[in-house]
Amino acid sequence: MIDFKIKGANLLIKKSSSLLLGPMSFELVNLSFMILLGQNGAGKTSLLRLLHGLDSPESGSLVWEPKIKVEDQSFVFQSPIILRRNVLENVFYPLILRGVSKSDAISIAKEWLEKIFLIQKAYEPALSLSGGERQRMVIARALISKPKILFLDEPTVNLDGESKLQIENLLKQALRDGTKIIMATHDLGQAKRLGEHILFLHNGKVVETTSVNSFFSEPQTDEALTFVRGGILR
Amino acid sequence: MSDLFQGFIQALMLIFTIDSDLYAISGRSLQVTMTATLIASVVGIPLGAWLAVSNFRLRNVLIICINALMGLPPVVVGLLVYLFLSKSGPFGVFNLLFTPSAMIIAQVIIILPIIASISHRTIRILWKEYRDFFISLNATRWQIILTLIKDSRRSLITAALAGFGRGIGEVGAIMIVGGNIDHATRVLTTAISLETSRGNFHLAMALGIVLIILSILINFLMHITVKSKYEQIDD
Repeated sequence: MIDFKIKGANLLIKKSSSLLLGPMSFELVNLSFMILLGQNGAGKTSLLRLLHGLDSPESGSLVWEPKIKVEDQSFVFQSPIILRRNVLENVFYPLILRGVSKSDAISIAKEWLEKIFLIQKAYEPALSLSGGERQRMVIARALISKPKILFLDEPTVNLDGESKLQIENLLKQALRDGTKIIMATHDLGQAKRLGEHILFLHNGKVVETTSVNSFFSEPQTDEALTFVRGGILR
Repeated sequence: MSDLFQGFIQALMLIFTIDSDLYAISGRSLQVTMTATLIASVVGIPLGAWLAVSNFRLRNVLIICINALMGLPPVVVGLLVYLFLSKSGPFGVFNLLFTPSAMIIAQVIIILPIIASISHRTIRILWKEYRDFFISLNATRWQIILTLIKDSRRSLITAALAGFGRGIGEVGAIMIVGGNIDHATRVLTTAISLETSRGNFHLAMALGIVLIILSILINFLMHITVKSKYEQIDD
C-alpha cells in the first residue's frame, strides 16, 4: 500500500466565467478513506474531477507526491456511465483497454460479478439493470484494474438501504485490498460509517480538513457545526 | 391509375416468370449500390467518428463542408467523374468510363457525405455521454473510436441505409458515367428512365415497383441482421 500526498495551492475553477471552486489550498496526507463532505453545490464534484484530472484549474497548482498515473486511478460518476453492452462486457472493458487478453478479462470479470451478485445477469444488457445494480457494476468496473486510488462521486445517492449497504461493503473490501478512496457525499451517516478523514466544503471553499471523529465531535467552524447538526447552510 | 395497376401486374409477372433481363438489371443495381455503400461506410463511419471525438481549429468548417456535400447534385458528380475518367482526363488510362466501376465511384462520392454526416451526429451524442469515462481510463483515440462505433452500430446501420437509399434511386450520375449500356451498365433507374422515354409506362412502372421492393427488402434484412438489443432498451 502506498502513501501519498496531494497538495493544492490557490486552486480556482471557473465555468463560463462563473466561479465553481476556490480559491482553495489544502494538503491531504496519508489518506486512506477521504470524504469530501458538503451540501449540494458546495464544490465536491468539481474538486473530485480536478483531483482526477477530468478538469483543469483556471489557476493554482495541484501536486501529487508521488505522481500517480491516470491508469492507476479509477472514477465512479454520480450518474453511472453505461456502455451499450452486456454486464460482463462493461465490467471487463478497462482490462481490454489495458491489453489483457479477452479470455483472461472474461474470467476476472466473472469473479467480480460473483462478488457483486450479478453473475446471473452477466449476459444481460447493462442498461436493463436497476439503479443499485448499475452502481455495483460500475464500482466493480472501476476496481477490476486494481487502482491505487478510487474516486467516487456520491455513489449511493438515490439508492435504498440494502443497495447502499452492498456498495459500502464493496468499498470497505477495496480499502482492505489496498485501494485508497476519495469519495464525495452529503450523507452524514455514510461519512461516519466509512470515512477516516473529512474535507468539508462550503460555497466552493475548503472549510475544514480533519479526522472523522474530530469533525463530528468538535467541529471547528460555524458552518461545520451547523452542517453536523443537520442545519441548512447559506 | 390503370398504368399503376398494370405496372404492378407486369412487375409480378416479370418476377415470377424469372425474366432474365430483370434479374440481371436488378442484380447490377444491387451490386453497384451495395459496393458503393460498403466503400462509403468503411470510409465515412470512421471519418464521422473521428470528427465526433476530435477538437481542432477547422473541425466545424469541415463538418459544414460535409453537410453541404450531402446536397451535391448527382448530375454534377456524374459530370465531374466523367471528366476525370474520360480518355483526356487524369484517370483516363484506367479505361473505367462506361463500366460499373465508374458508376460505383460516382455513387461513393454521392453517398459518402451522407454516411459521414449522420455517423458524426450519432457518434457525437454517445461521445458526450462516454467522454468523461474515456478520459478517466486514459483511452487512446483509436480505442475511443472503435468503442463508439461498436456501441452505436444500430444507428450507424441507419446511416448506411440512408446512403444505400440515396444510391439505389440515383439516376443522373450513373447515366452519365455508365452510359446505360444494355447488358453492361444498365441498372433499374436508368432502365426506368429509358422505358419512360420510349413510352413503355407499364414496364417502367413494373421496374419501379421492383426497385421499391428491393429497397425495402435490403432495409429489412440489414435491420434484422444487425439488431442491437442494448440500443433497443435505450430507445
